[in-house]
Amino acid sequence: MSETVFEGAIRVERFVGFGMITIRGDFSDAKIAQATAARFGAGVPKTRAITVGDTGMLAWMSPDELLAVVPLGEADGLAAALADDLSAAHALVVNVSDARSVFRLTGAGAREVLAKGAPVDMSPQAFGPGMIRRTRLGQVACAFWMSGDDQFDLVCFRSVGDFVFDWLKVAARDGSLPEYL
Amino acid sequence: MLILTCPYCEVEGEETEFHPGGQAHLKRFGPGSSDEAFRDYLFERKNPRGVHFERWQHQYGCGKWFHVARCTVTLEVFGSYSAQSLAPPAEVLETIQARRPGWEFET
Ligand SMILES: [Zn+2]
Repeated sequence: MSETVFEGAIRVERFVGFGMITIRGDFSDAKIAQATAARFGAGVPKTRAITVGDTGMLAWMSPDELLAVVPLGEADGLAAALADDLSAAHALVVNVSDARSVFRLTGAGAREVLAKGAPVDMSPQAFGPGMIRRTRLGQVACAFWMSGDDQFDLVCFRSVGDFVFDWLKVAARDGSLPEYL
Repeated sequence: MLILTCPYCEVEGEETEFHPGGQAHLKRFGPGSSDEAFRDYLFERKNPRGVHFERWQHQYGCGKWFHVARCTVTLEVFGSYSAQSLAPPAEVLETIQARRPGWEFET
């Protein structure tokens, strides 16, 4: 792969190692919710929330969709196991790890970089740990959450991964962030 | 700028995060209806100066469709409600009547 790390006003890393599983179903159905929670060791997240468990992270994507983020090597096995758990339910489980690109933004200015392209209030009062936001970055769909202090993980469709990396590199250029930082 | 609230994400987002779907609460006229009714179903749309009911999709968010009541002049939003609604909910109509005295809902 070509360049995967950009060091500017913040560090932008094109990240490999996320396994991602899409789970669709009615999570108000206790059977579906319990099977999902048990498989990942994390509770079913509430609206726009993420929960972290032993086997990975669960993120709220829509009222009937969750995204599980797990180690890449475990995605196939976990997806198959959960599909088996839910075989009697009206639900869908798919390993979508290859469908998305992942970026890790690290640095005190990470919020400012995202705020340049996403129509989201990125102040610490409005956006904090435990939340996920699906929105757009520039002209493309993305989702991001905090994975540490001053650190954001961002996913987008792989087909626009190069565009997003280029976009982030421009937005994170040295000297391009507000001076109050 | 038009600020919409997605009733599913409960998120206040600005217009570019959403995709407009035109006039809400259309009644479908299909096979068996008159040509005039089918034509009007396809093409006749309200274009009010003021209160309007529309369909919107949270395109860059949860992907869900929902309904919005808003003012086309001031971009004031009176409420958003689920796509599974055949008519505006009573509380949305009350909000509009409080903000626009004399306004009456026309189907
Ligand atoms: Zn939404």
